[in-house]
Amino acid sequence: MIRVTRTYRFSASHRLHTPARSAAENRELYGKCNNPFGHGHNYEVAVSVRGPLDPRTARAVDIAALDRLVRQQVLEPFEHRNLNTEVAAFGAAVPTSENLGREIVRRLAQNWSAAFPENGPVLEKVSIAETARNTFEVSAHEDE
Amino acid sequence: MYFPAFCRIQKVVPMLITRKVEFSASHVCRNPRLSDEENRALFGAAANPHGHGHNYLLEVTVEGAPDPVTGMVLDLKVLKEILNSAVVDVYDHRFLNREVTPFDQVIPTPENIAIDIWNRLAPHFSNARLHGVRLYETPDLYVDYFGEPV
Repeated sequence: MIRVTRTYRFSASHRLHTPARSAAENRELYGKCNNPFGHGHNYEVAVSVRGPLDPRTARAVDIAALDRLVRQQVLEPFEHRNLNTEVAAFGAAVPTSENLGREIVRRLAQNWSAAFPENGPVLEKVSIAETARNTFEVSAHEDE
Repeated sequence: MYFPAFCRIQKVVPMLITRKVEFSASHVCRNPRLSDEENRALFGAAANPHGHGHNYLLEVTVEGAPDPVTGMVLDLKVLKEILNSAVVDVYDHRFLNREVTPFDQVIPTPENIAIDIWNRLAPHFSNARLHGVRLYETPDLYVDYFGEPV
């Protein structure tokens, strides 16, 4: 098996705030990320895929098909958006990088079988970097 | 043979060491058994028969326990020499399809290049074990190969 990792980028804004805590607790918990006006990042998302080599192409994954899937499911809905107000999943969940990574895994996994053949590549993990200093890895096989 | 206690502790702790090297090469990705049209559909711009090139970045990771005397998993100078002689000297500034076996027979996708590099490197290691090769074709695309049968 070969693992292929492809990196994508999008820019979006968010605010970390949980209605389950008071305003003061939110400020304490999330610091600057709790700014009520929101703030943004250039996100970097690395999608890792594992698969057998296709004997016709000597490739473990059809990169063009992966690009299409990620563009449709992640880049188009997230690019230059306010994640809290414009992405349904973050109406309820706080758009931390952890939750963003899980949402990306969920979106890719849900649409995987339409994009790739049976016995083809499988999604292994998604890494998401909010800034160059913090990277979050979400395994595609973890139980939520 | 007797080892002081701290040496025995070191001996059982495996560590990973990664070294990077770069090489630049050209290639064509096309399957000779398929038509021009099918190749374009499968490989896109990479099927251009005249070839195109990349600056490849290779990260080679070896695994082993530090030697009780030297404190090293392996001599990094030796690792550098192995990478240069087994990979860089063979791949750098070459047209892979024409100048590097097995790519006269095998499509030089990054997957196959990673496998070939593994096969070239693996025989050189004895104390340390080759753990994995990571090959970046561009900063946004890399493959990992850990030596399993493909």
